[in-house]
Amino acid sequence: MGGRRSFFVVTMMAFGFAFLYVPILSMIVYSFNESRLVTVWAGFSTRWYAALLHNEQLLDAARLSLRIAVVNATGATLLGTLAGLALARFGQFRGRALLSGMVTAPLVMPEVITGLSLLLLFVALEQMIGWPAGRGVTTITIAHITFSMAYVAVVMQSRLAVLDESLEEAAMDLGARPVKVFFLITLPIVLPAVLAGWLLAFTLSWDDLVISSFVAGPGSSTLPIVVFSKVRLGVSPEVNALATILVLIVALGIVVAGVYLQRQERRRERDVQQALAARG
Amino acid sequence: MRRWSLGAGRFAVTAVPALWLLLFFAVPFLIVLKISVSGMRLGMPPYEPLITWASSLVFELRVHLDHYAFLWQDPLYRNAWLNSLQVAAVSTLLCLLLGYPLAWGIARATPAWRNLLLLLIMLPFWTSFLLRVYAWLGILKNNGLINNTLLALGVIDRPIVMLQTDFAVYLGIVYSYLPFMVLPLYAAIEKLDQTLLEAAADLGCRPFRAFLAVTLPLTWGGIVAGSLLVFIPAVGEFVIPALLGGPDSLMIGRVLWEEFFNNRDWPVASAVAIAMLLLLVLPIVVFQHVQGRTPVVR
Repeated sequence: MGGRRSFFVVTMMAFGFAFLYVPILSMIVYSFNESRLVTVWAGFSTRWYAALLHNEQLLDAARLSLRIAVVNATGATLLGTLAGLALARFGQFRGRALLSGMVTAPLVMPEVITGLSLLLLFVALEQMIGWPAGRGVTTITIAHITFSMAYVAVVMQSRLAVLDESLEEAAMDLGARPVKVFFLITLPIVLPAVLAGWLLAFTLSWDDLVISSFVAGPGSSTLPIVVFSKVRLGVSPEVNALATILVLIVALGIVVAGVYLQRQERRRERDVQQALAARG
Repeated sequence: MRRWSLGAGRFAVTAVPALWLLLFFAVPFLIVLKISVSGMRLGMPPYEPLITWASSLVFELRVHLDHYAFLWQDPLYRNAWLNSLQVAAVSTLLCLLLGYPLAWGIARATPAWRNLLLLLIMLPFWTSFLLRVYAWLGILKNNGLINNTLLALGVIDRPIVMLQTDFAVYLGIVYSYLPFMVLPLYAAIEKLDQTLLEAAADLGCRPFRAFLAVTLPLTWGGIVAGSLLVFIPAVGEFVIPALLGGPDSLMIGRVLWEEFFNNRDWPVASAVAIAMLLLLVLPIVVFQHVQGRTPVVR
């Protein structure tokens, strides 16, 4: 029975991965194309990378996006970790259903609705209390923190839910105060999840086009906004070069993370074996 | 003293994120609701106040329901909505048909291969959504990769128009959301007890029947989670129809965008948002509640 099915599965897998990767690979190949016509091959060249380095509009936008993404990731990780902790550790408290609902709702909310509602809030706030004055980096950052903290909260909640509570209880029984328990016991154990949450929030912000477009003002065009207005006019060799650089950074990051996780896994196995051997 | 500080700490941990979400997530919907029943006017902001104070005690409340009536009567919105549902449903089905064998193959691979293949599924997931949609422009356009290849091979003598068609929109959605389908399916298939299938085979069950009777019901949770993760964002999708679809490929997210940015009609855009909430998000939240679990996200 295995043979026929595995032939089908292998064919589908080959097709599926080709489907996922041919567009990315074609973008990488064309980024080295001499011709401005992008899809007509005219020889190998790195001129579009040079052009990218001199495109102040794209570079400024990238710097702005980077700044927003770092602030957003940090803020979203702080708020999301608090929310995840409350949902996973505080049992039933008043307002738990409300908090839990507000944490999951942004995940299923269409982006156009989140973007529109935040913009209308900012306009109404400005009318009432004069803050935020106009739209720009502040409003984009607040909007990003709002939707990405929900993702962090879900990651943290599910990580904390599978974490053995007895360590924390033991520390509290020995007289450690909750704040101390959190920083000495809980945080070190869930640190990988915190880092994963930070990276997730960073990526969400760095990639976001729709919500940013609603809450951005003049002079606060993030990288996706600039790229979108460029590619709406057609393919651009500079965008190919930019995409290639971004894909390589992500690939490198994933390989490093993968190797690191595998090494940690091996070390943990060895520790467990040593502990067992010492006891035996 | 100890108890008090414990209570205050707990309160702060809960209250800070809760207040943030109340202010920036819950309250905005009340404002959207308010503007969706306000009259339209020229100027900034382009809507009339709901309440006008005649004196400190007397006020006039003007509720306009005509934007909703307009949505109902104008076939543009109904067509855009039905078209969005259809595009999202077909794309979800295609994702499932392609994603299931992929997830199956990954779950049944040797551990070393499995990690590599999972990384390959995750990689596009962490790269820019916009740039991945953009990549298809270079492939689908009239002098793009597919047409140039087919022309060079002599299969066709004039380019096939693929960009700015519904085909391109389906392709873009399946491509962008495939990882969201594969990961929950993988999680469900990986947990599946292989011995159950062996037992079915030993008892003379043919593979396809075993799949229907054993595998499908046991991985149903993954199928539902993956389908929701594809269907919900696909309905409100803006980037893919805007870049790959034609001017007449109407989807509700794009209609809302254009109502807001091109026509500057905030009340109608708000009414579209509220209608989407009631017709899409609310049923899903109720469904999730009945199912008694939250979707697996990223």
